[in-house]
Amino acid sequence: MSGAATHLSAHAARDETSKRIIAGYGFWIFLLSDIIMFSAFFASYAVLSGATAGGPAGRDLFDLGNVAIETGCLLLSSFSCGIASVGARMRNALVFYAGMGVTFLLGAAFLVLEVHEFAGLVARGDGPSRSAFLSSFFTLVGCHGIHVTLGLLWLLTMMAQVFAKGFRSDIQRRILCFSLFWHTLDIVWVALFSVVYLIGVAP
Amino acid sequence: MLGKLTWSAIPLDQPIPMAASCVVALVLIGVLALVTLKGWLPYLWQEWITSVDHKRIGVMYIVLAMVMLLRGFTDAIMMRTQQALAYKSPGFLPPEHYDQIFSAHGTLMIFFVAMPFVIGLMNFVMPLQLGARDVAFPTLNSVSFWLTATGALLVNISLVVGEFARTGWLPYPPLSEITYSPGVGVDYYLWALQISGIGTLLSGINLVTTVLKIHTPGMTYMRMPMFCWTTLASNLLIVAAFPILTATLAMLLLDRYLGFHFFTNAAGGNMMMFMNLIWAWGHPEVYILILPAFGVFSEVVSTFSGKPLFGYRSMVMATMAICILAFMVWLHHFFTMGAGADVNAVFGIATMIIAVPTGVKVFNWIFTMSGGRVRFATPMLWSMGFMVTFVIGGMTGVLLAVPPVDFVLHNSLFLVAHFHNVIIGGVLFGAFAGYTFWFPKAFGFRLHEGLGKAAFWCWLIGFYMAFMPLYVLGFMGMTRRMQHYDVPAWHPWLLLAGAGALVIAAGIALQITQLVVSIRRRAELRDEAGDPWDGRSLEWSTPSPPPAFNFGVLPRVEGRDAFWAMKQHGFDQDPAYDDIEMPRNSPTGFVCAFFATFAGFALIWHIWWMVAAALLGAFVTFVVFAWRDRTEDIIAADEVARIDSAGRSTRLQAAA
Repeated sequence: MSGAATHLSAHAARDETSKRIIAGYGFWIFLLSDIIMFSAFFASYAVLSGATAGGPAGRDLFDLGNVAIETGCLLLSSFSCGIASVGARMRNALVFYAGMGVTFLLGAAFLVLEVHEFAGLVARGDGPSRSAFLSSFFTLVGCHGIHVTLGLLWLLTMMAQVFAKGFRSDIQRRILCFSLFWHTLDIVWVALFSVVYLIGVAP
Repeated sequence: MLGKLTWSAIPLDQPIPMAASCVVALVLIGVLALVTLKGWLPYLWQEWITSVDHKRIGVMYIVLAMVMLLRGFTDAIMMRTQQALAYKSPGFLPPEHYDQIFSAHGTLMIFFVAMPFVIGLMNFVMPLQLGARDVAFPTLNSVSFWLTATGALLVNISLVVGEFARTGWLPYPPLSEITYSPGVGVDYYLWALQISGIGTLLSGINLVTTVLKIHTPGMTYMRMPMFCWTTLASNLLIVAAFPILTATLAMLLLDRYLGFHFFTNAAGGNMMMFMNLIWAWGHPEVYILILPAFGVFSEVVSTFSGKPLFGYRSMVMATMAICILAFMVWLHHFFTMGAGADVNAVFGIATMIIAVPTGVKVFNWIFTMSGGRVRFATPMLWSMGFMVTFVIGGMTGVLLAVPPVDFVLHNSLFLVAHFHNVIIGGVLFGAFAGYTFWFPKAFGFRLHEGLGKAAFWCWLIGFYMAFMPLYVLGFMGMTRRMQHYDVPAWHPWLLLAGAGALVIAAGIALQITQLVVSIRRRAELRDEAGDPWDGRSLEWSTPSPPPAFNFGVLPRVEGRDAFWAMKQHGFDQDPAYDDIEMPRNSPTGFVCAFFATFAGFALIWHIWWMVAAALLGAFVTFVVFAWRDRTEDIIAADEVARIDSAGRSTRLQAAA
């Protein structure tokens, strides 16, 4: 009797491992496709970055101080997101909520700074319809911003799920996918920061 | 309140779209009334609409493709008739309507016929061939299908409410920009494709994960049936190419909706960037379509020749080579852009190189047949028709890959003949071969052979009659998409092409008859053994139709052509059954598509409150889905044993 029970639970454990691997694997493939979408926007930015149509170029617009704070927020949020993953793995609700909470605040701070930057540009008449360069700038950076917004929505949903259902195995899989998503946004931001802002302000 | 939508959006003054939409509406109401009166609605809802079973979803994809094929073919007949009549005359279609028809024809045939047909086949067949119980993410699969259906629905709504794009199947700027296409036609195109494109991308992720991660014991990569390899290659291309389409169409949408300047001819916009981006998706897309068809032919040719596939390893190599090379030739779609002789030469040579792995495949099929006992069943006829037709289309493609030739033939009917030659002769023949081949597996009875063969011959002869004249017309200098013309030498060829389209119409009529006759005579066409063609791969080891869990006991695979080996060495007579965990059905996909339809329609007509409400609805749907406590049902071992052994004994009897 106990032999059969052990057999069954070993079977179930193997099933759960394989489900975790399959979910993570599939989500990786989704992330790769998302990176390809970003690379299409990067390519269009590269093509159009000189097409200022007599308007301002990157070095006239970008404030590296602001961007440095944004970068700091996102990189730190990746760290706190890692803490939240550890909390989820330990099934420690306090660590999980704290990690997710800090991640949310840092992500929201990033978004506030980005929206502030965009609003300033639009107010000065340098909105996306000013030139092809600005169109591609707003699209590339804005696409990342939309991803961060959706990530925050997802983050809150995951906190609510853990609150309502606890660390169930399917919820653990979703937390895994969420953290992969969040770290990917960080990687995309590093590319964005270098290609758009650092190269953009170079004389 | 309703954005740009007013009563004037309904073209009451145009008889053709109104008559067509009345017919469609009557058919829809008739079907809905029949379903409701007969009390089939609960069955449809429980067994099909909310089903997450890969076999059911595969069948629904193919039904969608076939219905849309009728719509797309109606457009084709109208165009052929117009060009047959429009010699020194305006014909019966005014230019603004004719332009919508050729745009809708291309859009429907590629996105809502060819794509769902091959995705449906891959969905149905691949898990069965791998010895899997379902795809990696079954609910996501249902979401993918219903989003594709949403796209198809939006294109068809444009028939009644508003208009469709007049820009061709790819909306080249600056014509597709708001300045030159101020109506909603391009918006219908863009949102239909964005929504169905998300469905396709999700389906690509799902199927790649399935092929790479879910196998029965012993099914190593180099033992997978060829169709699984081509499924893998095709879906890798979907994952790598469809995001580019999403990004490109998003840029055009931003241009149209928010005054951005990606592709405009003002403020530094660059319309040639659109050509580059759209074809960076568009060229892989043609391989997304043809690779699964190659997989079908590999299975069919090997089965009906009674031999293992010749050169399996070279076939795998060729498939994966095509998968990579597909991304290296996109510029041959616009040699005339003026990128310079060197760039054109590189892309011309790359294009010719891609013919090499394709040639390898054709030789492999021929060598598979050579020395075999070839049975000329309907799927085999489609395959042989393909081999001849596709080689002709491939060679005209290599001709177009020579840049100086392309400068002459570019935008002519020669090009139209070429791509119909490879898409009809390749993708569509492959889809029909697969449909006939796997139909008994899906429904438990075969399709009528005689009518199937008659349909094949009509299609084959009709194809040559309809498209060979277009090659000639291309050489005579006739450009594509002409609404009327006054060159006397063209007229007889266009009459011949029109007659060819009628022969194809006879083929389609025969296919419909075949389906009806086969359903009526299903008792005598019954497939008891589950193996009507003396098959070689694992799908034929299941009963027809297979149970929800596909395999009562996961088969153990020890080589290629796993089922053939089992038939040689005998079956396991007394298997030990286990509990099976299967995903529960879920209306998530349908509800999500319901909201996506409203979101798409509202975006097209600028009804912003409806957009917000629909997006909120979609989010709530996902949260509700995520909140479920029971995601799986357990089928108990004795229940599995009961279902499986019933099938097993009938099959053993039939085999004996």
